[in-house]
Amino acid sequence: MAGDGTTQLIDEKGKRLDGRKLDELRPIEIKIGVLKNADGSAEIRMGKNIILAAVYGPRELHPKHRALPNRALIQCFYRMSTFSVNDRKSPAPSRREKEISMILSNALTSVILTEKYPRTTIDVYLQVLQADGGTRCAGLTAASVALADAGIPMKGLISSVAVGLANDKVVLDLFDIEDQKGSGDLPLGYSPILDEVSLIQLDGVFTLEQFEEALHLGIKGAKEIYEIQKLALKEKYSAIRNEVADEIKPSKKEVKEVPKEEVKEAPKKEVKEVPKEEVKEAPKKEVKEPPKEEVKEAPKKEVKEPPKEEVKEAPKVKEKEEKEDE
Amino acid sequence: MSEIKVENHEIVIPGDLLAEGEFRCGDGVVKRGNSYYSTLIGLFQDKGDFIQVKSLKGKYFPRPGDLAIGKIIEVGLTSWIVDIGSPYFAILSGNNATEKRFDPVKDDARKIFDIGDIILTKIISFDRTKDPTIITNERGLGKLRGGRIIEIEAAHIPRVIGKKGTMINMVKRLTRTQIITGQNGRIWVQGKKIDDELKAIESIKKIELEAHTQGLTDRIRAMLSDNQQTTLGDE
Repeated sequence: MAGDGTTQLIDEKGKRLDGRKLDELRPIEIKIGVLKNADGSAEIRMGKNIILAAVYGPRELHPKHRALPNRALIQCFYRMSTFSVNDRKSPAPSRREKEISMILSNALTSVILTEKYPRTTIDVYLQVLQADGGTRCAGLTAASVALADAGIPMKGLISSVAVGLANDKVVLDLFDIEDQKGSGDLPLGYSPILDEVSLIQLDGVFTLEQFEEALHLGIKGAKEIYEIQKLALKEKYSAIRNEVADEIKPSKKEVKEVPKEEVKEAPKKEVKEVPKEEVKEAPKKEVKEPPKEEVKEAPKKEVKEPPKEEVKEAPKVKEKEEKEDE
Repeated sequence: MSEIKVENHEIVIPGDLLAEGEFRCGDGVVKRGNSYYSTLIGLFQDKGDFIQVKSLKGKYFPRPGDLAIGKIIEVGLTSWIVDIGSPYFAILSGNNATEKRFDPVKDDARKIFDIGDIILTKIISFDRTKDPTIITNERGLGKLRGGRIIEIEAAHIPRVIGKKGTMINMVKRLTRTQIITGQNGRIWVQGKKIDDELKAIESIKKIELEAHTQGLTDRIRAMLSDNQQTTLGDE
């Protein structure tokens, strides 16, 4: 992988080929819950990389003899799409893909509380849709977010970034050309909460000083990525909460600012002014649309059974009362 | 000494520092050194000296005593294997299925429950080493006929039921439906009219989506009574 190190990768001003500084990350965007059928999912865009991560489980493991009696098995499946690189990638799983799958499984196992779900498996699928260097790192970042989205207990998130050598200088977050023409590559998976390195690989030749510098630069980059992961995860739930607060129930602060009369009058007027016909039509749509979608999208979940016998009274079953606060 | 680092009901993610000092900790909290960290994505709950994180997502984890709605996926000579939406399949043995004694020579397991049947069950035992055992021979348990089943996050079931069942009773009353909630996130709904069922399902979906917000009961009541008025107007 490592090149001869002769290609000019840094210009006189100290900028890299894509205009970044030596210690600058590519723009990162993380979306949560992009796949409907997965238990947890995430999409990451890191520069030109696009990777989908899907988490299924914990679930029953087949074949059963592979199950571990004391903890869950983490299985990671890293795959590159045939169209993800310039020359069509062979669709057969390559040695490289198997190796990356294994090291990512090991890295994730170190942060997941696997002993909570013995005899099960947690499957993590990583599909690379577009590759531009550093896919294993972007994949690991996405996988840990998807795992959190699936509600799987973890000690902390993993943030991952590659560090490398370009013209004997340590640079952060390699892209494709630097990866191929540069003289060294050091993918790093780091958990800022635990202050632990869960993945480290090295390709090429580093001096001891360069290695130390690379490690520190990688950790600094990982901490930046961690903030983005955190934001993406919290955003999903805060969004719903804020939406509800804005639309239906103005928050306490707003109520104080708005004069009381306006607040009281506004909703009444709306109700009176709208003609009855409109009122009739509007709710109908609302009522009918969502269930239809449901039936189409997830036919398995909704089970219809034609009533075979006359239904007597509802089975009397006491529902469990919620003891805690709402 | 003891200090809580996040606000009550705040959304936390795995690895967030929750508190320092001496606390008792519940679900979703780990202690390292003198600090407490979250392990889940959920809502932080502070109850004086007790802290926990209430999960917002995740698979149902069986507990003895829970009611669960399951689907038969395999029929054996004397037992059934049931999918209850948990990481483990549940086992229903012949003697736990009906009030009568199950005789494998005379009785045919398929005639009691066949593959694909939806049953209401109770979990009677589960631990880390054994798959959950379920029963259907108590009053009210057994095959569910008619109606519809929806699946929501198991973590939101307590919200759907509400304090002392207020939420679910309100939905039942205002939509004129019968509803059974399984702790595993599956809910059975049956009404006399399809519209009623759809309305109940819509409101349950809304509860799930907004489970982590406050003042939900009032909003659902407003939504359902609006619907009721318009349908009365139609007639």
